[in-house]
Amino acid sequence: MRQFTIEPLGGTAGWEVAGYNIAFTNSALWMLITTVLLFAFVALGMKRELVPGRWQMMVESFTGFIDDMLEANIGKAGRKYVPYVFSLFMFILFANLLGLMPLGLVGVHPFTFTSHFTVTGILAVISFSIVLGVGFWKHGFKFLGLFVPHGTPWPMIPFIAPIEFISFMVRPFSLALRLFVAMMAGHILLEVLSSFVIGGGNSGFGFGLLVGLPSFILMIGICALELLVAGIQAYVFALLTALYINDAENLH
Amino acid sequence: MPQIAQVAETFSSQLFWLLVFFGFTFFVVGRGMVPRVMETVSLRDKQISDDLAAAQSARDRADAEEEAWRERENANRAAAHELIAKAKADAAAQSGLKLAEAQERLDTQLADAEERIDAARTEAMAEVEAVASDAAQDIVRRLAGVEVSRPVATQAVKESLAHG
Repeated sequence: MRQFTIEPLGGTAGWEVAGYNIAFTNSALWMLITTVLLFAFVALGMKRELVPGRWQMMVESFTGFIDDMLEANIGKAGRKYVPYVFSLFMFILFANLLGLMPLGLVGVHPFTFTSHFTVTGILAVISFSIVLGVGFWKHGFKFLGLFVPHGTPWPMIPFIAPIEFISFMVRPFSLALRLFVAMMAGHILLEVLSSFVIGGGNSGFGFGLLVGLPSFILMIGICALELLVAGIQAYVFALLTALYINDAENLH
Repeated sequence: MPQIAQVAETFSSQLFWLLVFFGFTFFVVGRGMVPRVMETVSLRDKQISDDLAAAQSARDRADAEEEAWRERENANRAAAHELIAKAKADAAAQSGLKLAEAQERLDTQLADAEERIDAARTEAMAEVEAVASDAAQDIVRRLAGVEVSRPVATQAVKESLAHG
């Protein structure tokens, strides 16, 4: 579990703003690294050539991917959310992937800040606030009609509306918990398997062959799986955000 | 689980730095750079579709030009055919005329020649008669010792010639 521990770096533990601690932690450091890498990635794709190079093609395929997703789920009005959903998707994707990099080999321990529900929670709250803001700004109080699905017979409304309201309010939690749990579970699984490898190896050749080697082979497979999960979870977060924004943008 | 154990002491720091870095990502990368990347893409798409449209219109123009050329060509060919037919008819008429003329000339020549032949034959016949009469006179005198007058010999020859 030590890999999830947040530690203030280099004497910043006492930093405060208005009485709140804002120590520059290892979590913040990896947010900084994610931001810098993401900035560099997009900046390299900004040559704006007519015939794109490799980097430009890659960046353009990501923006095109988000653009297509928003257009498919929201429609033409979805284009204005591309900056937000793109930032969200790429930020989470880079964070997830960075946390899986085998940097421990060179003595740097990556910190996966998306395995903290504080972080995923804040991102989910931002997405949810955008949904609420767009909904009320566009439809006013008619946005509350979201809790009455189209074609509900009126005697059913008192029963359906609370259920819909609850399912609506659960959204930010499910959004935050899904990413947090997926990332943490993967890392714990790898940690457990690696402890098997080390423990098995230390208990002698037989145990090493019987326990350590299969665990190690399994780890290789799970590492590949985790890379997939890193992409899928970022995609799911962005996709669900897009679907929720669609509810607000196109009230049924 | 550090996520729960540390939540109270680290929440403000997590919130602050996440807002700083995600805010930077959103405002600089998301709002600053992404629209320009997408603009490049749409510019390229537009250029491609423009080029395609230009190619299509050029093709249409070429098709129309070819059609016009074909029409002109057909008209030219028809005119040429007409010209040739006319020339053929003219030539045929002229050659017919010449042929008729030649035929006429030949006919007259033939008629002349026949006339001449007839004349020559009559003449030759007369000569043959004369020679035959002489011969008959001579033969009769020598064989029978009878002197036959000329008119009688001639008469006899004529009779025998007529009977073949």
